[in-house]
Amino acid sequence: MSDEIKPDELLDKIDYGPRSGSGPESESDNWMDTTASVQIRPGMYCYAAKAESVETLSLPNARPWNPLEDDWKLPDNWQEILHQGIKERLEKFRTFKVFMDICVRCGACADKCHFFLGTGDPKNMPVLRAELLRSVYRNDFTTAGKILQKIPGGQKLNGARPLTLDVLKEWWYYFFQCTECRRCSVFCPYGIDTAEITIMGRELLNLIGLNIDWIATPVSNCFQTGNHLGIQPHAFKDMLDFFVEDIEDVTGVDCTPQINKKGADILFITPSGDVFADPGTYTCEGYMILFKYLKDKYGLDVTWSTYASEGGNFGFFTSHETMKRLNAKMYAEAKRLGVKWIMGGECGHMWRVINQYMDTMNGPADFLEEPVNPITGTKFENAKSTKMVHITEFTADLIKHGKLELDKSRNGNRIMTFHDSCNPARGMGLLDEPRYIIENCCDEFYEMPPNTIRELTFCCGSGAGLNAGENIELRMAGGLPRANAVKYVHEKFGVNTLGTICAIDRAALPTLCEYWVPEVEVYGIHELVGNALIMPGEKKRTEDLRFEPLPGVEAEEEEDE
Amino acid sequence: MNQKYLIPLTAVFLLFLIAYTGVEGAGLQWFFGIVFPYVAIIAFLAGFVYKVLGWASSAVPFRIPTTCGQQKSLPWIKQNTIDNPDTSTGVFVRMILEIFLFRSLFRNTKAAFNRNVSNRLSYSWEIFLWIGALAFHYSFLVVVLRHFRFFTSPVPSCITMLEYIDGIVQLGLPGIFLSGVVLLAAALFLLARRIFDTKVTYISQAADYFPLFLIIGIAATGLAMRYFTKVDIIGIKTLTMGLATFSPTIPEGVGGLFYAHLFLVSILFAYFPASKLMHMGGIFLSPTRNMANNTRAKRHVNPWNYDVKTHTYEEYEDHFREKMIEAGLPVDKPLDKKE
Repeated sequence: MSDEIKPDELLDKIDYGPRSGSGPESESDNWMDTTASVQIRPGMYCYAAKAESVETLSLPNARPWNPLEDDWKLPDNWQEILHQGIKERLEKFRTFKVFMDICVRCGACADKCHFFLGTGDPKNMPVLRAELLRSVYRNDFTTAGKILQKIPGGQKLNGARPLTLDVLKEWWYYFFQCTECRRCSVFCPYGIDTAEITIMGRELLNLIGLNIDWIATPVSNCFQTGNHLGIQPHAFKDMLDFFVEDIEDVTGVDCTPQINKKGADILFITPSGDVFADPGTYTCEGYMILFKYLKDKYGLDVTWSTYASEGGNFGFFTSHETMKRLNAKMYAEAKRLGVKWIMGGECGHMWRVINQYMDTMNGPADFLEEPVNPITGTKFENAKSTKMVHITEFTADLIKHGKLELDKSRNGNRIMTFHDSCNPARGMGLLDEPRYIIENCCDEFYEMPPNTIRELTFCCGSGAGLNAGENIELRMAGGLPRANAVKYVHEKFGVNTLGTICAIDRAALPTLCEYWVPEVEVYGIHELVGNALIMPGEKKRTEDLRFEPLPGVEAEEEEDE
Repeated sequence: MNQKYLIPLTAVFLLFLIAYTGVEGAGLQWFFGIVFPYVAIIAFLAGFVYKVLGWASSAVPFRIPTTCGQQKSLPWIKQNTIDNPDTSTGVFVRMILEIFLFRSLFRNTKAAFNRNVSNRLSYSWEIFLWIGALAFHYSFLVVVLRHFRFFTSPVPSCITMLEYIDGIVQLGLPGIFLSGVVLLAAALFLLARRIFDTKVTYISQAADYFPLFLIIGIAATGLAMRYFTKVDIIGIKTLTMGLATFSPTIPEGVGGLFYAHLFLVSILFAYFPASKLMHMGGIFLSPTRNMANNTRAKRHVNPWNYDVKTHTYEEYEDHFREKMIEAGLPVDKPLDKKE
């Protein structure tokens, strides 16, 4: 894109002092006065949901609309719908109710958000994002608010405002500038979770048909065809077959996977992004190599599914109900195929859904067995109810028990760092498992600065359904803190590879790195495993899964000459 | 100047004047000394209970703790049992640390962006908010506890002991209580932060300044009575004991300053349940902190879980059967002969 904002232009805009900024903000002391001046700016917002995608799941108010136009084609009683929606959610979610009431606006969260750090827009301070909703809550749902709105100036004094169209537009703009990464909630003395606020905000917006297309269309696809990308069953098989050929070229081994096989030991589900686009595809090849190895060596029977061919869940970015509707496929398919338990691939929000929602929403999974690794005998105690194991937990266990033969030297040209994906980090705590695998597959591994990893990790800037093309400025700005830390280890240690366990990361970080740190490539962890794993009957490998020469190979060829 | 803090500041001044002149000028001791304190306490208790019950009546459909460390996983991977607890013991420790030591606030950092060759974003540890908050809350607690001497007879030895420790720095006469001075200083620090840190100024509401000014007013009137003006301490204790024993009396010779102090305290109590000060109760109920991260091991039940319309495998296969068969994928039902 030629009209894309240049890195230097983007950096010039950053200013963390809200009042020193230009524009109408500086003229008023009160951010609520600036509502009318909120301009929905190209580069910072995602296109509106297409009507047909909204219709697939019979969600409300499907129609074509454009955020840049004045008329959003809302139902006449949209205020009433939202009022009822808020009321209902205050009763259904203690989080929502408590978080509306107890914020003291101490500001600890203010400079923790990657969107604030990348844009300097004060309304991207997590506290303010929540205040957009709280100001309406205070006006319509508190006793003080109801009394004060009758006194002149009382509303303003209370920090309250009625739900007008301008307020609604501001909600829409800023709730789709949050990636639900939860970094702010780590710092909040009361554990107020802006992700939870954004989830409620988006759920409310969806009541009147205000979704973005980068979420609505994947949701619609996932519902009907089984995955976000709308890959139909035969195409899904074709794609895996294509990887089989590539793997055979590299290793000489036929890794044809089993698909929709009844009676397999394990059902494997990964985000469809891994099947669809580089560099996720290499991670996918890594899974296939691992499963082939385990099948040949230990007789482990893993099946893929075309019906449950999506690990991710964009329903999570729409509403709790939509999340449940999409997630239901995992257990349904496991039941139909009669597997013992489910294994999940490398994905971020997928694992927040599995870890914190799945069993509650669609369980109990009493038709599955408590997961045991049949090769090592390890019981996955932490997954005994949900019966779904993360592939890095599984692989780390195999490596620990010496069940995998790994040749680290094949990743010898990879100087690694690891990006903790937000959801596994702050919605699960999966931190050391992937690191253990990296250390066993690579020689050189350097951590990014401590304030940017583990539970303090920075989002890629494109999560929670914001990985579209039209909001590229937002994504590059939001990804700045992450890229900045990558740049630091790149310059200091010569890091050339950013490892990650998230499909959105694998889609978003290459663009981000190209923008900010062009010399760094993005790898899934199981791509490293796929390169390092010595398969029974394999040929002498000269290339990695990307068809790049293995380290040392070129030199040897020269010696031969 | 900013009306978000000017109005609360004026309000606190007016409240002070209302009580002071009400007593000194209009002789309304009975109102400011008896009626309003009782009303305030009732409003506080009723409001607090109402609010907490309101929160408690909302469901907790999902177990969604914010995990701040390694999960319980494979036996050889060291779990962070406090920041990512999977047991109620771990949750208990996490909550204790949050409530008594403000652990999350302790993590606070300050971000800076250097627009130069390196264009580096850096994050430094920012401890002052944590120190200010701890100093504020603990000094306030000590002050509140010390005041129990006015509502008990004989004064329990633990209160006497607390006073002894609080007055350990012997300066001047009457001896200085550290807590009162620290409270005023900490409140002024928190206020200064709101006024001078542009980010915090931007997010602050009148509702953030009002309690600060109120508490500063309370501390200032309290300190003034103890160190600068003579008050009839025997008379005051007669009044407070009267309140505590539900046989209120108005003693002679207690001046307007005391009634102003009492009125500001009463306002604080009455205002408490309707304000952000309810974080005192809310911190116990925050689902991201008070729940264990063990949903995969132990099923959490959502009280309002309901059935939803899904796209079943049967519907899916009906849609794609032909293509699936063609691709060699197994199907549950053979192709319909009629088609």
